[in-house]
This record gives sequence, structure tokens and C-alpha cells, in this order.
Amino acid sequence: MSLIWNKKAECLLPLEKEQLQLERLQNIVRYAYEKVPYYKKAFDKSGVKPSDIKALKDIEKLPFTSKAELRDAYPFGMFAAPMEEIVEIHTSSGTTGKPVVMGYTVADIELWSEVMARSLTMAGCTRADIVQNAYGYGLFTGGLGVHYGARKIGANVIPISAGNTKRQLEIMRDFGSTILTCTPSYTLFLAESAKEDKIDLKSLKLKAGVFGAEMWTEKMREEIEKRLHLSATNIYGLTEIIGPGVAQECGVKHGLHLQEDLFYPEIISPEDLSVFSEGEKGELVLTTLTREGTPMIRFRTKDITSLRRGECKCGRTTIKMDRITGRSDDMLKIRGVIVFPSSIEKALLEINGLEPHYKIIITRPHQLDEIEVQVEASESLFSDEIRHMEETKRNIENHIEKSVGLKLKVTLVEPKTLPRSEGKAKRVFDQRELK
Amino acid sequence: MKNIKQLSIFAENKPGKLEHITKVFEENKINIMAFNIASQGDFGIMRFIVDKPEKALEAFKKAGFTISMNEVFAIEMEDKPGGFHNVAQFIAKSGLNIENAYVLIEKDRQGALLICDIKDTEKAKKAL
Repeated sequence: MSLIWNKKAECLLPLEKEQLQLERLQNIVRYAYEKVPYYKKAFDKSGVKPSDIKALKDIEKLPFTSKAELRDAYPFGMFAAPMEEIVEIHTSSGTTGKPVVMGYTVADIELWSEVMARSLTMAGCTRADIVQNAYGYGLFTGGLGVHYGARKIGANVIPISAGNTKRQLEIMRDFGSTILTCTPSYTLFLAESAKEDKIDLKSLKLKAGVFGAEMWTEKMREEIEKRLHLSATNIYGLTEIIGPGVAQECGVKHGLHLQEDLFYPEIISPEDLSVFSEGEKGELVLTTLTREGTPMIRFRTKDITSLRRGECKCGRTTIKMDRITGRSDDMLKIRGVIVFPSSIEKALLEINGLEPHYKIIITRPHQLDEIEVQVEASESLFSDEIRHMEETKRNIENHIEKSVGLKLKVTLVEPKTLPRSEGKAKRVFDQRELK
Repeated sequence: MKNIKQLSIFAENKPGKLEHITKVFEENKINIMAFNIASQGDFGIMRFIVDKPEKALEAFKKAGFTISMNEVFAIEMEDKPGGFHNVAQFIAKSGLNIENAYVLIEKDRQGALLICDIKDTEKAKKAL
């Protein structure tokens, strides 16, 4: 098994861990209540005081924080530390409305570097490695998060940032990058471009990848590993909490270790907000246990997953979360059936010869939802006979229906016409006009 | 009877698609001798007989199209009333099933070729 960056923190015994979490929780709740007017108001409204937190379970008395509240606090309403203590600011992508603004103190940057060092070490990174960091640098946390972690380990980090695929491939080849960090959909874009540029990915020195910032599947991992000849691991994080590094897969690749000495996780029902017990699938809620700049109490991530305790084969004792399988706000209700786009993706990728690019379009032409999945007619799907193509189409439709439980229409489109993404891929287009 | 090469190109059923394809032929100076379009709902397959099939295959692949090449049968017909009937009669007698067919008229207009896509190649070769 590979190295563990911080054995003390990552291999805590259950009782030690709970004690540490409780102390930290009590501190952060008091701190948030005293420093952030929003929290004071919210706690008072729920009739709960910081002194009511006597056990970890008491966290359930506290109100949730959601993205809407963070937006209302724009720009600096959620800051607990005075402005002169803030050394860096990040925002989460503002695709809808105002962005969410998070502030980092020196200790927060140190905390972030620490969790990223733990994460990169889990993926196999050591100080001898060359990390090609193709996450975007800037207000987005991906780029700098990896950067800080790699620096902490003492690895060589190439801050190439996102995009410029030709240059990515050249540098990968000429500098001998051993670790690639970027979004999973970008890896497939890289692989396609490498093929066009006649760069043999097999001959490169890449050994591992740390991929995240968007949802992906096991099947996609297989595809990435096959095409890029590296070990692909999943990283999780979000700006509201710290950035990437909240959780990461170890070499066992069976769930992501969540850094629970620093972030306290819960799983709730997105419908009635009740707290689920271990192992149940629901929305992940996170509380930062030590964050100074912008402490986050019971933040609703909207990400759907489940948590599992128990020691991992790698020796770490941190709680593991499953791969994110959906977003509670992406959750599609099609003719009353709950569907996550990721389950459609999973079904699609089970079909041989299908390119991992697709588009899901939902419409409601006559009072009834219709769902269309566009896939590319790649060479391996193509036949010069219409009826064979029809058959292929029907096979895909049947396969998805069997695994998702939903009848839908598959449309074959020309190769390379579906959008490739250099960052987060937009694949679902809900065009229902719901009144 | 002879064997000739046919190109099949996948196309979505959208305005401008045919123009997109003919442009590739034009740019690569490839002459189209015969073609046929079969469409179904939202997609179709266009088949072409051209003067330089290998060159065309490469050009379309490079342009990002899904394309395949296969051999089809070209059966000579007399360019006069009843010419097609004679051939059809012969095909029927031989028990051959045609997937797809269209006509290529030769430059000198002395005769025409019936382009037939017959999947049972062996049987067709024997009969023809």
C-alpha cells in the first residue's frame, strides 16, 4: 500500500476521533455564532445556543446553511475573520445568480494544503513526482488547491492550468509528467487529441490521475485508465467548504476517504431533511470543524452519496463516502420517475463501442415528459444498412430502459458533434416549460 | 457484371448536411458518378460511387465523418425500354435479395449500370 501523509490524523481510533470532532464542533459553533451575524440570527431563530452542543449528535439541532444564504451574504457577509486576516478569496462558479464568496486566512490555506497533500499522497504522489495540474487556476479552487498540496509534499508542480490541449500533450511528453490532475471529461478530450496528434499515451510517464470537480462513473474510470494508461482516482471537494481535498480515493479505489477530523459529514433526506443513518443514500451535509475565514455550519452540498465507517485496507480509519451519484437539484423527475443523469451515463457506457459523449434533452411536447439521449454514431456503431442502424438504436434504448426504468428515445448524431468539455461538461438540457 | 466500390456516409437529417458532404468531394476533386440517399426519421445513409473511392474514404475520415466502404455489384443494362426488366427477371430467377439499388449511367450513354448491394456475396458471384 502506498504512503499515508498524516498517519496521526488519518488513522485515528473511533473514540479519539469523536472526542476531537466534538471539541472542534463546539469551538466552531461558538465562533460562528459570535462572529457571523447570519449564524447568530439563524441559531436564535431555531432556539439553539452554542452551549447546547454537548454531544456530536446535537449538531442536528442546528439549522442548515444552503447556497441561497451564501448568495444573500454577497460579497463578504459570511466572513468570520476580519478582512486583514483574510489572505485569499475564492468564489464558486456563478452559473445561476451571484457567486458564493469564501475567504481564507493563513490557517485556512494551511488546512487546505494539508488535505490536498493527504489526497495527492493517496493517489500515489511523492516528492519525486511531476504533477501536471490542468485544473483552472483562478477564482475556481481546483488549480490552486492541487498546487498547494503538491507544494506541501514537495513534488514538482507544472501550473499549466486548464485548456490549451496541444500544449498539455507536448508538456506531458517532453517534461515527463507522472501525475495528471484535471476534470474526468477533460481526460477523454486529451486522449482524443493525442490520437489526432499521433502522441502515444502509452509511451508517456503518466502513472496516476486525480480527477474531480464533476460527476463521473466507474465505467468512465475504466475508460480513462485504458486510454491514458494511468491509475485514475476520484477527488471530491467544494469551494464552500475549502475546495478540492474534502475527500479522496486511496489505492483501494472503493470509496473516498473524507477528512473527518476537519470536516464533519452527515447524510440527510433531500425531501424532509431528516438525518439518515450510516449507509443510507442521501444528500451530503458538511460542517467545517476548524475553518476560520468562512466557517460553514451544516452546509447542504446537494451531492447525493452515502457514508461507510470501518477501517480501509489502506490502513486509514477515516469515514468513506461513495462516489457522488447525483445532485439533489439535478435530480430529474421524468413522468414521475426519479432519474439521475449519471445513471443514464452509466447505462450508456456499458454499451460496447459507444463514445463517452452524450447529451440528454428533456421536453414536454404534449403534457408528457419526453427524454432524448443523443449519442455519436461512431465507426464501431456504424453500418451501411439503415435497418442495422435502427437495430443499434433500439438496442441502446432497450438497454437504458432496462437499467434506468425509463422509456426514452435515442438519436444518433454525427461523430464529434456533441460538445466536448474542457471543464465541467453540460450534458443535461431540461427544456420543459413548467408553469 | 463487375464489382465496384461504394462509400456509405452517416448523416443527420438536418438542413445543410448534403452540402457539407458535397463540399468534401469538391475540395478533393473527386467526381461523383452515382449516388443514393436513404433516410429514416432523424438520420440517413448516403451512398456514393465515385472515381477515386480510396482518396474519398480518407478525406471523409479526416473531415470527421463516419464512413465505410464496401464492394457492390454493377450489372450492365441496355439503355432501352425493357432493359431493366431483363435484369430484374434474371435477379429474380437467381433468388437474390437486393438490399439497395440505384442506377449509374455511363458517360457514353450506351448503357447503364444497376448498382446492387447484395449481402450474400457468394451466391451473387455465382449467379452473375
